[in-house]
Amino acid sequence: MAIGEDLAGAVGRVTAPRRARAARATRHLPLAPALIMLFLFFLGPVLWSVYSSFTNAALTGDGAQNPQWVGLENFRRLFSDPNVTNGIWLTVVFVLGSAVIGQNLLGLGIALLMRGRNRWLRGTVGAIVVSAWVLPEVVSAFIWYAFLGQDGTLNQVTKALGIGSQDWLYSSPMLAVIIANTWRGTAFSMLVYNAALDDVPTDVQEAAELDGATGWRRLWSVVLPLIRPSIVTNLMLITLQTLSVFTLIYVMTAGGPGFASSTLPVLMYQQAFKFSEVGYGTAISLLLLAIGAVFSFVYVRVLKPEA
Amino acid sequence: MATMGIDTPRRRAAGMVCTGILVLIAVAFLAPLIWLVLSCFDSAAQTSVKLPDHPSIDNFRAVMNTDMLWRPLWNGLLLCGGSALITVVIATLAAYPLSRYQTRFRKPFLYTVLFATGLPITAIMVPVYGLFLRLQLIDSMPATAVFLATTSLPFAIWLIKGFIDNVPISLEEASWVDGASPMAALRYIVVPLIAPGMSVVLIFTFIQAWGNFFVPFILLQSPEKLPASVTVFTFFGQYGAVAYGQLAAYSVLYSMPVVVLYLIVSRAMGGAFRFAGAAKG
Repeated sequence: MAIGEDLAGAVGRVTAPRRARAARATRHLPLAPALIMLFLFFLGPVLWSVYSSFTNAALTGDGAQNPQWVGLENFRRLFSDPNVTNGIWLTVVFVLGSAVIGQNLLGLGIALLMRGRNRWLRGTVGAIVVSAWVLPEVVSAFIWYAFLGQDGTLNQVTKALGIGSQDWLYSSPMLAVIIANTWRGTAFSMLVYNAALDDVPTDVQEAAELDGATGWRRLWSVVLPLIRPSIVTNLMLITLQTLSVFTLIYVMTAGGPGFASSTLPVLMYQQAFKFSEVGYGTAISLLLLAIGAVFSFVYVRVLKPEA
Repeated sequence: MATMGIDTPRRRAAGMVCTGILVLIAVAFLAPLIWLVLSCFDSAAQTSVKLPDHPSIDNFRAVMNTDMLWRPLWNGLLLCGGSALITVVIATLAAYPLSRYQTRFRKPFLYTVLFATGLPITAIMVPVYGLFLRLQLIDSMPATAVFLATTSLPFAIWLIKGFIDNVPISLEEASWVDGASPMAALRYIVVPLIAPGMSVVLIFTFIQAWGNFFVPFILLQSPEKLPASVTVFTFFGQYGAVAYGQLAAYSVLYSMPVVVLYLIVSRAMGGAFRFAGAAKG
């Protein structure tokens, strides 16, 4: 008995930690498929892009077979290329115009106007705004291509009003894609702000009203500070989404006329696939990735999840 | 709203102004859609808005053939359904240990996942093309589906971990005492409880993939493998004179599945799409 107990104890002492360690390792095994996929298709391409941005990799020809190490050449070219400087500028204009100003303010405005309106009006306006959001991106692009074209709806209206017509996609391509993206994305901000405003306690507002605060004053000093976290989160999310918009712009203007609407994603595509300079296109994509990483980093810091 | 209780003429006037502005906004949002609705029934449609002279369903009939519509829709179903299924299964497996076990690398990993949800996927498409070229995966539908699944993994892991966090661990502890493995606990206790959330993630991933144009546009080449999102673009770009009526009809048919899915999800979640609500700080 005593020997048996000792033996059992000894075996237990030896195997328990080992078994525990093994169990601890195996219970994290379900993470493996996700890790493999993320490493292969996410981290891998990013690392590869860092490498190939130092080469002259191309889609066809000699550069495709034997990419040569060119050092910082791509980056030197990047920062002296007027198309890239222009692309950065257009991306900033696009994000500020369509996300920060367009979607954000319009979404907040609609959500505020909806408060206290009857159910029917809320439901109808909400459904119309959301329908623009639900349609696939390519379809939105077609719709706006038709709307803003030479014979499009907008020109029919302006002609009827006697203002004259113009090909909006040609004369002001950036304005065209900004309006289209505002139309497409406003629903998201509207839904975020609807949910946020629902959580604003009415008694706080009533107290402010009894204190004699006017509508604007109530909005500015009571409502907006209360929904500040939602505003910050929403701004970060729509900025990140808008930064990578490719399809809408590519289908509507293809970055043209010339490079007049070539934001960084479109420029990256043009360099890599149209002009077959993969190394240079990759350098542009790294630039875009770096900008996105900065915003994403701020976003994580702002959100501070209690992981 | 309680503040509506006091009804003064001033307030009523303000309410009417608000209603007026809302109606104007709704009209502005509706205006671009009018073209789509009118043109799909007009076989002579151009980019201008006009009532069809001879309303007909000829446009629909013209695009409803295997090469133009049915095969691309089927490809889209395979590609997006496949990637949505992979996403949900892999994300649930990954989310479970992240929700249940405390380890040193858990927090940094979760932060990395959240960070990855914010990165512009568009930006990695050039290197991904290079990777697919090297691995000879260009024009492979399964590989494209797996890549699409990977892009939606971080978001799905994040959401599903949230669902699992809400399942009380005491239920599983009881099953562990009975000798069930953690995987059995996940399969028979946790998954049935979070099934509604999982199906929303599934549908949401599907909707996202269905609308994705850039990924299949870059990674697939053969016309017979392309999903509808790319086919509609080539159809639009290849003809000298665009058949706008057919384009409109095609757009309607291609949009239909996601509109229906959206209605199902939003109905199931009580009117509003709570994903936007999930973004509340």
